[in-house]
Amino acid sequence: MKRRQIIQLIAAKDLRIERHSRVVANQILPFAGVTMVMFGFALDSSDVLERVAPGLVWLATLFSLLVLVQRTFAIETDDGALDALRVAGVDPVAIFWGKALALAVQLAVLEVVLLGAALVLYGAEMHVGGVLLLVTTLVAATCGLAAVGTLYGGLAAGFKGRETLLPLLVFPVVAPVLIGATRAVESALGTAGAAVSEGWPWVGLLAVFAVAFGVGGSLAFGPLVDE
Amino acid sequence: MPAHGTRIRSLALGGIRHVFSVAAERFGELCDVRLLPPAMDGNPRTVIELDDAVAVLGGFPALAGATLAVGAGEIVLLRGPNGAGKTSLLRLCAGLLPIVRGSGRVLGFDLATERDAIRPRVGLLGHSNGLYADLTVAENVGFWGSTVGATTGEIRAALERLGLAGRLADVRVRTLSAGQRRRTALACVVARRAELWLLDEPHAGLDADGRDELDAVLRQAAASGATIVVASHELERAGSLATRTVDVVAGQIAEQQ
Repeated sequence: MKRRQIIQLIAAKDLRIERHSRVVANQILPFAGVTMVMFGFALDSSDVLERVAPGLVWLATLFSLLVLVQRTFAIETDDGALDALRVAGVDPVAIFWGKALALAVQLAVLEVVLLGAALVLYGAEMHVGGVLLLVTTLVAATCGLAAVGTLYGGLAAGFKGRETLLPLLVFPVVAPVLIGATRAVESALGTAGAAVSEGWPWVGLLAVFAVAFGVGGSLAFGPLVDE
Repeated sequence: MPAHGTRIRSLALGGIRHVFSVAAERFGELCDVRLLPPAMDGNPRTVIELDDAVAVLGGFPALAGATLAVGAGEIVLLRGPNGAGKTSLLRLCAGLLPIVRGSGRVLGFDLATERDAIRPRVGLLGHSNGLYADLTVAENVGFWGSTVGATTGEIRAALERLGLAGRLADVRVRTLSAGQRRRTALACVVARRAELWLLDEPHAGLDADGRDELDAVLRQAAASGATIVVASHELERAGSLATRTVDVVAGQIAEQQ
């Protein structure tokens, strides 16, 4: 089979598992929502919340990313399916992109919900002029996070104590996404008078990050899960 | 008319071929004697060739110089105490463990340099089943079959062959019994059209009917050309199935019968 077909097959399989199990809908989305509410309780000031809303959205996204990545690799390791994929000779590059694609779809849904929650709970405002920047930021950040999550999720999948190892591996690496995406969303929402044009260089950073981890993940995923 | 002629000819040839294959099977059962393994008694194809193979797992030698030859169509039983190296031998043959010394070929491919060519041709059923608990039986078999480009018909046939085509096909694996999961995993191996089946304790978790069914599937697979290596502690059952028994002791092949 061609690589493209295998990528589709693996992504469709992961999304079908989610459709059957509804772990994202019933557990991860509520977890992300509760996190946003807790941020609101902790800061308890509408001015402060409106100012920091973009950062809180991305922090909640990163916390939820960890749960999502653990889930996406738990389905592979629970009954030895990752080993079976290796034995079946399935192209590791296709496994990486298939899982990253499914993860990106789930992350995108999560980010939209979190952004909506920020608009409702924190009083953040959306401007028509910032929509393109906002959408581009979401796409670039989602691609980068999905690539990093899949790469490190695959790496941690073979270790005992992967639940605690994964945050240690992922959080330092995704710091540029947290910073870049927060600044870009601040510009898109016009937080503290930020202009839309100020956000585009941050989108550039997110795009470079996504490409770097997309290429790096394609090269490294096979050897990582093989050993 | 020429089309009819071709069809009649192919039907006739198919019938003759069937009669011969049934007769050969019956003859084999009647004699129940094989002086030499198939690799040496006229079948030129040796599926597994290991020569003083050493494999390391977690810093320890899992295989310490194993030498083994398995011919096409054989059902070989690996027996030995826990930790003897049976599972490591299966994983080496599946291309999952690297060979660090000696040499080995599986299905004609070098174990040191061509593991990627070996893997798609091998079906490994280990201690775990490699199934997705939240997918149905049919979705699991469909997924694994699709990884090698199996058609819908082939996937359907694999389900039917393992008795999973009816109501069970739409049941999620999470709700199946251990035996039903094992059957599903075996259907995945069938759907993947594996040439070499490597089975680690395949009877584990199966009830009496399931075991009989499994044995029938394995015999059928071997008769249709697949080579099967079984590691098992259930010596009586697996022994009656096997065409040859190989003792594995301390990472080496101790004796072959």
